[in-house]
Amino acid sequence: MAPATIDPRLLRNLQKLLGRDAVLHKPEDLLLYEYDGSVEVARPNCVVFPRTAEDVVGIVRLAKRHNTPLVGRGAGTGLSGGAIARRGGIVTSFARMNSILEVDAENQRARVQPGVVNSDLSLAVEHLGLHFAPDPSSQKACTIGGNVSENSGGPHTLAYGVTTNHVLALEVVLPSGELVHFGSAALDPAGYDLTGLFVGSEGTFGLVTEITVKLTRLPEATKTLLAIYESVDDATETVVEITARGITPAACEMMDGWTIRAVEDYVHAGFPLDCAAVLLIEVDGLREAAEYEAAEVADVCRLHLAREVRVARDARERDLLWKGRKNAFGAVGRLSPTYYTQDGVIPRTKLPATLRRVSEIGKKYGFSIGNIFHAGDGNLHPIILFDARDKRQFANAVAASDEIIRFCIDLGGSITGEHGVGMEKDRLMPLLFSEVDLDLMRRVRDVFNPEGLLNPAKVLPTAKGCGEIHVRPAAAAAGPASA
Amino acid sequence: MTTASTTLSARIAEIAGLQNVISDPAHLAAYEIGGKIPSAAVRPESAAHIADIVRFAAAEKLATVPCGARTKLGMGMPPRQYDLALDMTRLDRIVAYDPGDMTLSVEPGIPLRRIENALVEHRQFLPLIVPFMDRATAGGTIASGVDSPLRQFYGTARDYVLGIEFVTGDGTLTKSGGRVVKNVSGYDLHKLMIGALGTLGVLAKINLRTFPLPAATRAFVAAFDAAAGAIALRHAIARSPLRPLVVEILSHGAAELTSTAPSYKPPWSLIASFAGNAEILERCARDLHRMAEQSGAAAVEPIREERLFVASRRTCEFVPAALASSPGAAILKLSVVPANMLEILDAAAKAADAAGLPWAALARGVGVIYLALLPPSRSEEALARVARATNNIFAQCAALDGNATIPWCPSEWKAALPVWGPERGDLGPMRALKKVFDPHGVLAPGRFMGGI
Repeated sequence: MAPATIDPRLLRNLQKLLGRDAVLHKPEDLLLYEYDGSVEVARPNCVVFPRTAEDVVGIVRLAKRHNTPLVGRGAGTGLSGGAIARRGGIVTSFARMNSILEVDAENQRARVQPGVVNSDLSLAVEHLGLHFAPDPSSQKACTIGGNVSENSGGPHTLAYGVTTNHVLALEVVLPSGELVHFGSAALDPAGYDLTGLFVGSEGTFGLVTEITVKLTRLPEATKTLLAIYESVDDATETVVEITARGITPAACEMMDGWTIRAVEDYVHAGFPLDCAAVLLIEVDGLREAAEYEAAEVADVCRLHLAREVRVARDARERDLLWKGRKNAFGAVGRLSPTYYTQDGVIPRTKLPATLRRVSEIGKKYGFSIGNIFHAGDGNLHPIILFDARDKRQFANAVAASDEIIRFCIDLGGSITGEHGVGMEKDRLMPLLFSEVDLDLMRRVRDVFNPEGLLNPAKVLPTAKGCGEIHVRPAAAAAGPASA
Repeated sequence: MTTASTTLSARIAEIAGLQNVISDPAHLAAYEIGGKIPSAAVRPESAAHIADIVRFAAAEKLATVPCGARTKLGMGMPPRQYDLALDMTRLDRIVAYDPGDMTLSVEPGIPLRRIENALVEHRQFLPLIVPFMDRATAGGTIASGVDSPLRQFYGTARDYVLGIEFVTGDGTLTKSGGRVVKNVSGYDLHKLMIGALGTLGVLAKINLRTFPLPAATRAFVAAFDAAAGAIALRHAIARSPLRPLVVEILSHGAAELTSTAPSYKPPWSLIASFAGNAEILERCARDLHRMAEQSGAAAVEPIREERLFVASRRTCEFVPAALASSPGAAILKLSVVPANMLEILDAAAKAADAAGLPWAALARGVGVIYLALLPPSRSEEALARVARATNNIFAQCAALDGNATIPWCPSEWKAALPVWGPERGDLGPMRALKKVFDPHGVLAPGRFMGGI
């Protein structure tokens, strides 16, 4: 654990800049900021709460003067340790920069501060028939600044795209203390796509102080279907065929029987307890289009031996089904002292084989592995339940998870679909990228963050050619994790 | 042929094979950019070839410009120096196509037409219907960043390019992104390659997401006496639950140039196209007619869709048609938020009229406007008129927080015109990135914004 002491001059300067109520430095106050939604832990030396971009500039300049690491933080729901001060230093919480600055309904744009909670923006524009499309499961807590840093996804990204597809412009404080603007509310700004480069850079390029996003029109009609299966293979084959029929559902989520039982016990969404898998599929658009696609999807489900296909009759039933899905991780958390969620991506045609392999890996290490994932885009979230206090279990959980990830890579997939690399998967990056690739990424990071003070030891492996399994400190109890 | 170029050709032949080197001046003329002709052109046959050639170019300080079908070499500034053309047309394979996963991996020199033919068998497509569609290559399309009428629904390349392998200016073959549709591992360096005109890297392989072909589409053209009506219909569609594939507004001149003018040739028209089954299309037609009437349309006509996207296949050729129609054509690209479209269209029309220039305009519903200034000659006087109109329009566009560039104009005019628009505040990081990707400054030097 990093020592929780802070250079008294830096502390005084921060307090002078922001006011005493905007700086936390006592060990008991810092505890909460050791964690995010991942299993990682590290203690910052202090936590600061800027209110304006000028505050952020001041913080960055002080960090630079005192040669102290600096990490941005939204709600701390991230699942890869992105908001954890791995090398100690100053955590900059955007909790007080949470204003929606402008809603421009006519142009379907909004300008927000980074601390705005994802679902708060959608709620604020609902009466205009609009929403902010990226919808991570943690959307009731996670912030748009965090979404930008992680390029967050969510169930509805299958049709609507991930965060990067909805961000038009950014105001950013670079580690030099310079305030810069990337992109524009109008499309196609001239020059290199710095906005595109910045989104998903996991807080290693700069601190975002303002975001211009696209707002998407709410569909006229939405149909939510629950298809219930006796076999996981039938469910996965359904997914492949829906796509083959040229239908892109708004969402296509799968949960296996094991996860369903954990969820049902907690959420009471009405999932059958005796099935092997369910698909939660949503289609939307014009009334006529939603009706047609719902019928097509139901047809495919039955063709692939769904035992039952239920269609949510109203918004209440729909919300209940989604509540089951979005709270699944919380439900699983009740079953075990610790759980570890993977985020591998595979080509979706390889789903059946991958799920079989995940099950074998679970058996080999003696773990229960639940499967809950964005089936439509091949983004898996196997959940390994274990007790982190048991060193052997911990090592086995890491080993099992590595085996799953290696299998994803062998199929041409990726180590992370939406949770980010952070401090959790940096050691896996060499499995996807050569030293040459990583070196270029390092040099691009250095363009923005040359001294490495901003969010150090994230995304890119610190030791060259590393691939070793690192043993994490005692893991956090399961928090309000999301996917 | 000079001794220097003979030596250069011989050395490049050692890398890529004699049969892949072009050194004969008659053939090299085809690679001309802004009056500059390279000393040699080379056609790499593999990613390793590209890397070896660029490494050689870096060592010898040879300015190298990658190209495909050479339809868009006129975009941007002419390179400061131009020694070597890197002709990618022999790298024209589909490396992988997985219809079930809806992902595609191609070499950059492949014509979009060939991709289209391969995908249609599986009832899929790429929503890239771009200028010079009959010849354009995948690499040229991505590197030039041209957009497609279908961006209304499908977005632009940045929304569906999944990953790119490229060779940086020091001859290193590298990559970012991947082949799966959802991926956040590592920095999205490939986003920088889109629209970079080859100034950051030479594309070696492009991974894309493919899309299901709609079962059927229907397109309509609504006729208006003034731009205001067409824009009002654009806004009405945006507020409606309809999800059109295409919304484009054309001045009479643009409709003529793209053969999409409604039968009685109104001053302005709006093209909208929709996808779905018969019932959905019927609903779209009904709603569109109602909204068009409320917006004051004089008429709404269906466009005969003997094949999918027929209207887009015509409107995508607006720029080539405009360039062919006038020896001094200058194409301005103006983007504003949709609420400002009418104001900038009016301002553009007034400025062009005041300068005595014929013009034509095509505006995509998302707020991206192509304005063709069409002087009857390529004279100094024509340049003066174009410069006057452009400066006026760019100032008004800037006042609306819009973006403005001149993607195409006669090359000898470029020094006198704001080709890349007003200077941006983020040019500093762009220059720094150029240094990282191309430390020796050999990739299309000077072609990009700010002399990059």
